[in-house]
Amino acid sequence: MGVAAAVVDQFRQVAREQDKPLVALNPDTVLLESGLDSLCFAIIVARLEDQLGIDPFTTSEDVYFPVTLGDFIKFYEDAAGSKAA
Amino acid sequence: MPPVQRLPDSGRPETLHDAIAGSDAVLCGRGAELRLSERGHAPDGLAGAGVLLRTRSQLAAALGLIALDGVARRIVIASPDLKPEHLPSVIDRAEIDAVLGEDETLAVDGTQFIRLDLQRTEVCHPLLREAHRKEEAVSAGEAAPVGGERKLKPEGLKKTEWVLFTSGTTGEPKMVAHTLEGLTGAIQPGAAADTVWGTFYDIRRYGGLQILLRALLGHASLILSDADEDVADFLARLGRHGVTHLTGTPSHWRRALMSPANAALAPRYVRLSGEIADQAILDSLKSRFPEAAIGHAYASTEAGVGFEVTDGLEGFPAEYVGRRASKTMGAVEMKVEDGRLHLRSSRTASGYVGGGPLLHNDGWVDTGDMVEKRGGRLYFMGRAGGIINVGGLKINPEEVEAVINRQPGVRASRVSGRRSPITGAIVVADVVLTDAAGGNATFRDSILAACREVLPPFKVPAMLRFVPSLALTAGGKLSRHA
Repeated sequence: MGVAAAVVDQFRQVAREQDKPLVALNPDTVLLESGLDSLCFAIIVARLEDQLGIDPFTTSEDVYFPVTLGDFIKFYEDAAGSKAA
Repeated sequence: MPPVQRLPDSGRPETLHDAIAGSDAVLCGRGAELRLSERGHAPDGLAGAGVLLRTRSQLAAALGLIALDGVARRIVIASPDLKPEHLPSVIDRAEIDAVLGEDETLAVDGTQFIRLDLQRTEVCHPLLREAHRKEEAVSAGEAAPVGGERKLKPEGLKKTEWVLFTSGTTGEPKMVAHTLEGLTGAIQPGAAADTVWGTFYDIRRYGGLQILLRALLGHASLILSDADEDVADFLARLGRHGVTHLTGTPSHWRRALMSPANAALAPRYVRLSGEIADQAILDSLKSRFPEAAIGHAYASTEAGVGFEVTDGLEGFPAEYVGRRASKTMGAVEMKVEDGRLHLRSSRTASGYVGGGPLLHNDGWVDTGDMVEKRGGRLYFMGRAGGIINVGGLKINPEEVEAVINRQPGVRASRVSGRRSPITGAIVVADVVLTDAAGGNATFRDSILAACREVLPPFKVPAMLRFVPSLALTAGGKLSRHA
């Protein structure tokens, strides 16, 4: 599974578990308007760390937090890329 | 706005009412405002009473505090998460005479209820205590304006005791008593006249109360959030009011940085406390608000405000420990014992209400926070005793373990915190199944469903792992550092 698919998959799964209504996801979806709360994001980040072996929030030199789903996926893709390199 | 009156160096205001005299600042909630120059009437029927402030909004709590300080014997500030089943015991232990709130749904059976009218910024009160009934009869029952003559405080009445709940974990919530003097001890007088405070905290907890008092004493306005207001709306409101000083936990700030609505903010001062501030969040804030002074503060409900770090680095300089109380450091002394940070200062709470001593060994308070020295700096390593801090909310692992352990098929469990760059920590569980249940993954769903039924979402394990066994300590207890 690619990074983007893994991210979207976790968004859906955590929304279901936490009983949160998830909006239709697209790259421009603002994370905080997706229907998920901070706890959901914390869970998503931990699960992606286990699944992909990366946690760009902790390891990234980038000091900007992702705002949209597109940013979020790119954040992970960049981290996965630099890990593979 | 007129220039801020500097506080006299000789001491702190006697009461909150004295502190805000002459202030035309405004406390802003969502859709409601409290203008301090028009604040209302003191509930003189409450002179000398023990009062539980149980409000729906933060604004109402602020009004209650201003009206009651210097009047009531004791104000117990109900935290927003105080469970109704704990109320009878709170009322009993804290010797509460009356409950104050916006409407009757906040009343508690068997205790006098008094309505706070936010529209009229006053406390509507019937007569309360026998002792004051006579007095009121003489003065025709008219409430005296707070700003007018004050003969509300009976001779010999001690200063009002302020009681806060610890951001508690399990069982009966602990009530921690403070004085206004102790609570305001860390506040530097003389903020700039155009200061507008904003906070992500709730003023009914220690961290938020500090900000309310800073604003009130500095005659500065304060923007408060509403319980069901979403992040973007609150950020937009902070921007509209031109907030200059903004405070929250690292988790609050991470959430704010993830919202496009943070574009509306240009604070001069950014403050973090309530959780460990790591280097990543400090760097992110510096990058987003390059003009702002950024400080992370250490405080706890019991120990009061400890210190603030403003050099942009996580942790704090090791030389803070062992230093004598001084003017620059304030009246705070620190020491580390068994890796635990201890604090001693005039700002520590005066004790627990209805049980347990707070102070040990000449006034030292054990904060329960673990620190580790690396180089010239001390770093926070989390809570002793395994307490998990999820976005500023504390969780006792035993509480979650108890729920898991009573599910069919479970032999034992260990709940712990896993570091999270979003909320500081999340709750995870290791579970040992009975031999009969072993290997049956359907138990995962039933265990988690049971947790969701009885625990708030932040206490439910975000991850649950089945393990063959759990390590025990030499003493036969579950090992928490395995």
